Amino acid sequence: MSVFKHHKHLETNVFFLAVGILLCVIVGGLVEVVPLFHIESTIEKVDGVRPYSPLEQAGRDIYVREGCYNCHSQMIRPFKDEVERYGHYSLAAESKYDHPFQWSSKRTGPDLARVGGKYTNDWHVRHMINPRDVVPESIMPGYPHLMRALDTSSIQGNMTALKIVGVPYTDAQIANAVKDLTEQASSDSPDAAVLKSYPKARMGDVDGDPKKVTEMDALVAYLQVLGTMVDFTKVKPETIRR
Amino acid sequence: MASMEKDSVSGQMTTGHEWDGIKELNTPLPKWWVYVFWACVLWAIGYWIAMPAWPTPTGYTQGMLNYSSRANVAEDLKAQQASRAQWMAKLQNASPEDIVKDKALLNFAQSAGKGLFGENCSACHGAGGVGVPGAYPRLADDEWIWGGSLADIEQTIKFGVRNAHPDSRQSEMLPFGTGDAMSADQVSQLADYVVSLSAKTPAAGSPGEALFAERCSACHQEGGVGMKDLGAPALNNNIWLYKGGKEGVIAQITKPKHGSMPAWTERLDAGTIKVLAVYVHSLGGGK
Repeated sequence: MSVFKHHKHLETNVFFLAVGILLCVIVGGLVEVVPLFHIESTIEKVDGVRPYSPLEQAGRDIYVREGCYNCHSQMIRPFKDEVERYGHYSLAAESKYDHPFQWSSKRTGPDLARVGGKYTNDWHVRHMINPRDVVPESIMPGYPHLMRALDTSSIQGNMTALKIVGVPYTDAQIANAVKDLTEQASSDSPDAAVLKSYPKARMGDVDGDPKKVTEMDALVAYLQVLGTMVDFTKVKPETIRR
Repeated sequence: MASMEKDSVSGQMTTGHEWDGIKELNTPLPKWWVYVFWACVLWAIGYWIAMPAWPTPTGYTQGMLNYSSRANVAEDLKAQQASRAQWMAKLQNASPEDIVKDKALLNFAQSAGKGLFGENCSACHGAGGVGVPGAYPRLADDEWIWGGSLADIEQTIKFGVRNAHPDSRQSEMLPFGTGDAMSADQVSQLADYVVSLSAKTPAAGSPGEALFAERCSACHQEGGVGMKDLGAPALNNNIWLYKGGKEGVIAQITKPKHGSMPAWTERLDAGTIKVLAVYVHSLGGGK
């Protein structure tokens, strides 16, 4: 206990106390901060993951606004039963452009990490307007108000903010945001310009009115891309080196 | 500062601190607590050595046990597949008649199919394949748009209907009732004839019959028996995907609705699709 006897000198000398505190904070700070400098090398690089298209991003914002994460997770855990039901377990890289991520922790409804392509656009629209029209036993609330026009005035600002926190949008992509958004929600041409910037984006109008971009168009475009960016016939996560 | 002294009531030493005459007992921690504490510290050190634990500049410490949740799930799935392998192998090589004859195999396909159907198909086609009136066809009856044989069902599940897959089932009814194609009167006469077909009392010799022969019978066939290869539904019964009656028929002639279905080969493996085909086939209407 002899070491602790000298503690008194440290406690009663303001200079040594300050130096001691500083040393403690430096150690604690380094342990927390240093790994972040290496984040580039610790996140797996997975082919296919791209930033959300403007329409998908707008849909994602609606997903957050409506609180979908309260009942739906977007995280398939690496367990047999989950993989059997929902598909390949989620990779960290698949949500690396999500700010904030929508992993969630509660499943009142099913996991949505790979819902993209599972149902038709038509089904999503019917289901969103009144879930019991297609799934009689569903307890999900209806979202008929999503048939209103999408407010596109903030999309460029959102993308700029996302760029600041590390989503690699180019200046051209931000400049063309509204054009890309409208094109994705109205055209189903396989040569659409938006597909060059955002491969695999789900094209086309979903709610029966190609002239009007609704919140429904945006949300369904987002749901339809979830989990579809990575081609697991080519990407083998067991062999990805960090 | 007071000095450490023995407390006369509890017999414990004091800490030597004193505030306004109040002194503090230096009661030692219970022994069991101290042992558990040190055991936890030792456990943590052992865990760091055995399991993946610390981040390093280029990755993380792997641990001596080589634990990996990814490797574990891959192994679990492999074991799962192995436990089903004998059934799946049989199913792959079996013809529909074989499956129906082999009670054990049919039993396997039906019980596996039930869960798969619930997860993947029932969102549209309803629990047990009852369908959604006006939207998604019922699978539990013997009326089939794209064919109800095991091979037909398998094909439909695999490649879907009117989607982007190159092998998807395609075909769309033309909007016969719009533009110059037919006058409103003709559409009405045609609808009357189709309604009479569905009531099994075809109005022979009516103007609608001639229109039907001219415009519709290429796909829906003479007498409205339908044509599975083109997804042209039978019109000689009272089962309607969208809406029956004259009003519904006119709506479909004027502005045809078409459903679509995803290509499940992009999501499910061939064996799973086979199981689903057998299950759907067994729902009530398999041909």
